[in-house]
Amino acid sequence: MSAGPGSVSGAPTPVEPPREAVRRVGRLEPAALAGVMSRDVAIFGRYWRATTFSSVVQPAIYLLAFGLGFGKLITHLDHVKYVQYVATGVVATAVLFSSAFPGMFNTFIRWQFQRTYDALLAAPVDVEELITAEVLWISLRAGVYGLAPLLVGMAFGLSPEAGMALVPVIGFVTGFGFAAFGVTVAAVARTIDNFNYITSAVLTPLFLVAGTFFPVSNLPAGVRTVAYVNPLYHCVQLVRDASLGGLGVADLGHAAVLVAFAVMMWRIAIWQLGRRLID
Amino acid sequence: MLAAARVCGYGRPSQVGPAAIDSRVMRGPTAPCACAGVQGAYSVADMGAREVHERARDAHDPAREAREPAISLEGVVKRFGEIVAVDGLDLAVAPGVCFGLLGPNGAGKSTTMRMLTAQTLADEGRIAVLGYPLPRASKQARLEMGVVPQLDNLDVELTCRQILTVFARLYRISRGERPAAVQRALELANLSGRADTIVRELSGGMRRRLLVARGLIHRPRLVLLDEPTVGLDPQVRQELWSLIDALRAEGVTVLMSTHYIEEAERLADTVAVMSAGRVIAQGTPAELVRAHAGERVLEIYGPPERLAQVDAQVRASGWSSRRSGPAVAILRAESLDGTAPDGVLRPANLEDAFVALTGQEIE
Repeated sequence: MSAGPGSVSGAPTPVEPPREAVRRVGRLEPAALAGVMSRDVAIFGRYWRATTFSSVVQPAIYLLAFGLGFGKLITHLDHVKYVQYVATGVVATAVLFSSAFPGMFNTFIRWQFQRTYDALLAAPVDVEELITAEVLWISLRAGVYGLAPLLVGMAFGLSPEAGMALVPVIGFVTGFGFAAFGVTVAAVARTIDNFNYITSAVLTPLFLVAGTFFPVSNLPAGVRTVAYVNPLYHCVQLVRDASLGGLGVADLGHAAVLVAFAVMMWRIAIWQLGRRLID
Repeated sequence: MLAAARVCGYGRPSQVGPAAIDSRVMRGPTAPCACAGVQGAYSVADMGAREVHERARDAHDPAREAREPAISLEGVVKRFGEIVAVDGLDLAVAPGVCFGLLGPNGAGKSTTMRMLTAQTLADEGRIAVLGYPLPRASKQARLEMGVVPQLDNLDVELTCRQILTVFARLYRISRGERPAAVQRALELANLSGRADTIVRELSGGMRRRLLVARGLIHRPRLVLLDEPTVGLDPQVRQELWSLIDALRAEGVTVLMSTHYIEEAERLADTVAVMSAGRVIAQGTPAELVRAHAGERVLEIYGPPERLAQVDAQVRASGWSSRRSGPAVAILRAESLDGTAPDGVLRPANLEDAFVALTGQEIE
């Protein structure tokens, strides 16, 4: 961190200048977070059409493909209509992709290619604020875009439900964890090509073994264990219960897993990218 | 061309009087203050600026600033693995001066600049910027200084106005004052007509001016310029030099790294010559020239055989010399005796001193 203590060895305790009238800056300041996010908002203004298009069209394609393909074979899964099952599953997929990928690519491009982070860190913004703001922005967006599959699903026969109002919150928390995961990947990857390893070996299995398109309960015990530690599985369960009117005590557990994942990945992202941004 | 008078809010205190000290004592930490620090200085961007600046100076304790260096480095060491980039650097930049850090590529100038924003952390030594110890209080120091990087790190897909607005926010300029601050920065950089053009469509010179404007949006009292004119054509370079001149005239402290000797000679009040991570000489450009190259230089032109002869004579006589393009240049020509070869006398310049100091010719 830019203002970490003890980095200059052997320095005697310096005397703080008496500048009581000068504005003091602290840790994780809202002004710094808002400043960094205002940049994201300005950039989003340039490409929101493309992002929105893919967020709507992608779930539509999933619903069409699975609905038309599997829908003929299966009408219900886990006592839920298959269209409801898939539409709620695709919410988690949308959240995963709209958080992990920006976390990886935006971070790498801004840090390594555009040197944007160099510019921001020369202003009164520290590493913790920079990464937090970036992750916050991505996850807010992911939370909103997580609603798209439900809206598309309604066109396919999903009925509106009050609990759906919780979906952006669930998407935000899940997105926060996966955005921070993406930032961490960007920090440790030496080149942008190395992202391929993560996409195929980590993200694809996570997105399939999460109860998105088929229940994990039928999987072999070993694979099922993987599903239970997969944050996306807990996201799917929570979204499904909220959207289909089945919230229960078990959902507190799912929520706790998602929050724990978000907090843990947030600190790891700051640690990993921080030690590379400040040399 | 460039609005000198509007460059900066406040710099070196012009008066340190009992009145100023009194008002500071009277106000105390709990008394209401119209000027809440740095931001307060911009609250009336154009009207009543003088008064506000005086209050800001008050807050900054002019007496302290006058004697305390704007930047100080003591015994600073920075290693990257096996490489020692900065090797026991001592530097003190007085407030209100334009300080040039001159050195060949790889001398440690950019590492030094990055250490001043705590983007690179020193392995040893002490660094203080505007009185704030680094890296602990670096964020506070960064709030009060401006940075113009060597490499273009603008967001190419945003407009000039968008970029300046983002940085106005980052420098904690309040919402109401932001439009005026952005407008002022645009005028400063001569980009008013391009406010809503995206950066991708700007010329290299305009982008560099925008980088400068971005670093000055909050009227900092200290500006770091890392190789400000590298790779620019002569006309753009002249424009930037005028801008730096204007900053200096306003009393802003400027620390500029450069490997262009002409730039250091033209702009800097004090020049520190860096080589292999430390300062090997420091003074005004004139002092450096006199101390390391003398008053005059004798240049001898001729075919390679002739120059080889001269080289041999220089070595035998123990004169100091350098190769200067197609000539051999003998330094301190004023103290040569009658045995010196025939040549052309010219005044010594900073380049002669630089080469004598570093043993490196500048490209």
